[in-house]
Amino acid sequence: MSETKQTKTAKATLRAYVMIGVLAAIWIYFHYATNPSTPEYWHVLEHIKLFFAGFPAAVSNLFSNTHTPSWITDGIFLTPRNLSNLMTQMSVTAVLAVGMLMVIVSGNIDLSVGSLLGLAGGVAAYSLSEYELGLPLSVALAIITAVVIGVFQGALTAYLNIPSFIVTLGGLLAWRGAVKGLLGGNTVPISNETYKAIGQANLPAEYGWLLAAVAVAFVFFMAFRRARSVRDYGLGTAPYGAEFVKSIVPVIGVIAFIWVMNDYNGVPVPVLILLGVALLGAFLTNSTVFGRYLYAIGGNAEAARLSGINNRLNVLKVFALLGALTGVAALIFTARVGAASPDAGTLKELDAIAACVIGGASLVGGRGTVFGACLGALIMATLDNGMSLLNVRDFMQDIVKGSILVAAVGLDMIGRKET
Amino acid sequence: MPLLEMRNIVKEFPGVRALDGVSFTLEAGQFHSLVGENGAGKSTLMKVLSGVYPYGTYEGDILIDDEVRHFSGIRDAENAGIAIIFQELSLVKELTVGENIFLGQAPSKLGVVDWSALYHRAGKLLRDLHLNIDPRTPVGDLGIGQQQLVEIAKALSKNARILVLDEPTAALTESEVETLFTILRDLKTRGVGMIYISHKLDEVFKTSDRITVLRDGRTVGTHNATEITKAGIIAAMVGREVGDIFPKVEHEFGEVALTVEHLTAYSVDTANKKLVDDISFSVRKGEVLGIAGLMGSGRTEMLMTIFGAWPGRNSRKVSIEGRDVDIDSPSDAIRAGIGFVTEDRKRYGLILDQTILDNMTLASLRTVSGAFITNRTRESIAVRRPIESLRVKAPSPLTVTGTLSGGNQQKVVLGKWLLTNPKILFLDEPTRGIDVGAKQEIYTEINKLAKAGLAIVLVSSELPEVLGLSDRVLVLHEGRMTGEFTRIEATPEKVMAAATGNL
Repeated sequence: MSETKQTKTAKATLRAYVMIGVLAAIWIYFHYATNPSTPEYWHVLEHIKLFFAGFPAAVSNLFSNTHTPSWITDGIFLTPRNLSNLMTQMSVTAVLAVGMLMVIVSGNIDLSVGSLLGLAGGVAAYSLSEYELGLPLSVALAIITAVVIGVFQGALTAYLNIPSFIVTLGGLLAWRGAVKGLLGGNTVPISNETYKAIGQANLPAEYGWLLAAVAVAFVFFMAFRRARSVRDYGLGTAPYGAEFVKSIVPVIGVIAFIWVMNDYNGVPVPVLILLGVALLGAFLTNSTVFGRYLYAIGGNAEAARLSGINNRLNVLKVFALLGALTGVAALIFTARVGAASPDAGTLKELDAIAACVIGGASLVGGRGTVFGACLGALIMATLDNGMSLLNVRDFMQDIVKGSILVAAVGLDMIGRKET
Repeated sequence: MPLLEMRNIVKEFPGVRALDGVSFTLEAGQFHSLVGENGAGKSTLMKVLSGVYPYGTYEGDILIDDEVRHFSGIRDAENAGIAIIFQELSLVKELTVGENIFLGQAPSKLGVVDWSALYHRAGKLLRDLHLNIDPRTPVGDLGIGQQQLVEIAKALSKNARILVLDEPTAALTESEVETLFTILRDLKTRGVGMIYISHKLDEVFKTSDRITVLRDGRTVGTHNATEITKAGIIAAMVGREVGDIFPKVEHEFGEVALTVEHLTAYSVDTANKKLVDDISFSVRKGEVLGIAGLMGSGRTEMLMTIFGAWPGRNSRKVSIEGRDVDIDSPSDAIRAGIGFVTEDRKRYGLILDQTILDNMTLASLRTVSGAFITNRTRESIAVRRPIESLRVKAPSPLTVTGTLSGGNQQKVVLGKWLLTNPKILFLDEPTRGIDVGAKQEIYTEINKLAKAGLAIVLVSSELPEVLGLSDRVLVLHEGRMTGEFTRIEATPEKVMAAATGNL
């Protein structure tokens, strides 16, 4: 996924590096702050003071000392166990964010995904536990419900010209009502172990390494193809060497990821699903006609229409797709919790939208990447996870997350003005 | 003593001198028409007068009652008694007539609007104009004609002494036009000076005391309405030679490429208003068919309808190379072999945020790139040819189109349509707002395409352009075809006469 979106390639790449840098800084800080010798603060302001004052000293200490400082070894955040948890925690939001990103790129929004997640999860749990329809049928029903609702909302938006904000605001209320009615206000537990595995199981280590091998082979294959196509289209000799060098960072990333995950329990299944969804999303947005049409519709709907694009059909499709991904997220969510509850997924739509926006998507449409949305989801999950480890109080966590969302977009706007 | 005097007004935009020493005088109680081709400088002159272009951005003097005035904004001009009624209405449809008339200056006590005073005064203004409109009616409930009259009431509420009307009758029915003129004549007797901009020479002659003709940013002449004929005005409006920038190329015509029969298109907002009324024509391969007409004559609507992109009610029969085709959407049109370089490239042509490559391949993505999966390398190769042949000046195909000059942007739009391999190419205002060099290059390209056998339909508001490039010219006036001329017959005078409805 090192391929960035081609529009404004340089800026998008720079942006991705800045975001990765910010994420790295937050990670290291949380690791530093979670080591037992750091004084324990519950107040977030004291953490902010520490972040700007004590923490840089600790990091620079790293380079001047010959022996490793104790916070490196004693911190809790950057441990295989916690990173595995972090990845699992982000998976639901990130799966939603990938679908949301595509809807946002097309110039629309979907506020109903949280409620729809609850409803689809309810459908799965209900068919599994109450009607005993069996696993495949229950899973299929959940996803079909979500897709049908996605198509319905997409049709209202695309063909009746009701703004998607309104349609899905209605959906936010209606689908929440539907799940409450379906479950009769009760939490429905799920006992099917195979189903629960979707949210709780891990990939055995040897399969993890197999996955790594496949991924590495894929990265090299793509590099080879890119190099070869340069030759095939008569653009010069194939730059095999350059493409090989460019592949090194992704390959190291893959191996490090699998190594860390295997060091704990192996790759969690939700993370595996997320990887699949993210790859699909990146493929759709970067390399398909459908993806290009989405950017065109969001960038200038009238120009897109006059260029022969069927705006309405494509908007319908993107809502259907988000519906399907919401169904997938619902399966992960209910499987992790082991039950469906009437308030499952509340406010998830805002997490997904925030992830897209932090990742550089524009709510006006036409701009945003799947990679950015996933990174945004990771940043959100990091804040949740890190602050919980630090025992930052719940209300403070919300305030911090809200502030960071606004600050991220604010900085982005300032950056855009200057260039 | 004149009410208003504008002396040697010069207004420059980057690369263009829009006004080149225009002088203009208006007496109290005078009805003074301002005529000229599109782009002659009428609107610019009025924007200088009304403070849209503030003092300091133009040269020359504006005098009111023999006193030099410096307007730093629209408010200053309003306070000096100048009111403008623009082509596009500036009323808020959701508010009532009374609220609109006193928008921004509502009578109030301690910041609380005095509604009864507002409606009382609005009612009086309307009665003075002999208008039977309830000031409590929402403006959106009125017809366009009545809205226009409300605009005038609004102007008068500001005690306007100089009233500028820019094409006020474009959207009016005949009886509404009559009402308007009755009111204007009444205002004349009250000593209001009026500047009237219109393409409709009938109206101009019916009411004017004096007529000033502008051309290319200069005053050609000011005449008493009784001392000049329509023909004289038309000659003054167009009086220039078609320059050498149009290479005379003999085109060889092939078989008929496109035939359109009985094309009618209705307005989207006003259900029964015909914008294009029963037009039929055909174009041959290798022919450049020019469509002349003033703004609002239905040219763009006609092309949009053929292209399957007109959202309003419409009907027509289209055949391509002798075969009837059903075109319901732009993608049908593209498949049938029509390309459409739309007007206003920023609104309808380009995605400014995206690269040259993304924009150029948009209309032909499935053939140029891949049916489902795109192929960047194939696309880069495909766009090379149009970029080179059109001489798009940009560092790379990955340059964002928003950063390009107007001329290069226009070339990108043209390139987009060439990549669809059209048999028929529509060009709607292809050179608007671009520099002379780029214009020349686009003209050359048009001739080259015609030579290669494309049928070209060219819409342009620039008369020299239509006359210089076309083999045949159709003229539209208010949605109807009012003239058809061969290259030899098409003189500026004849075309302008047909375009203004004076045949």
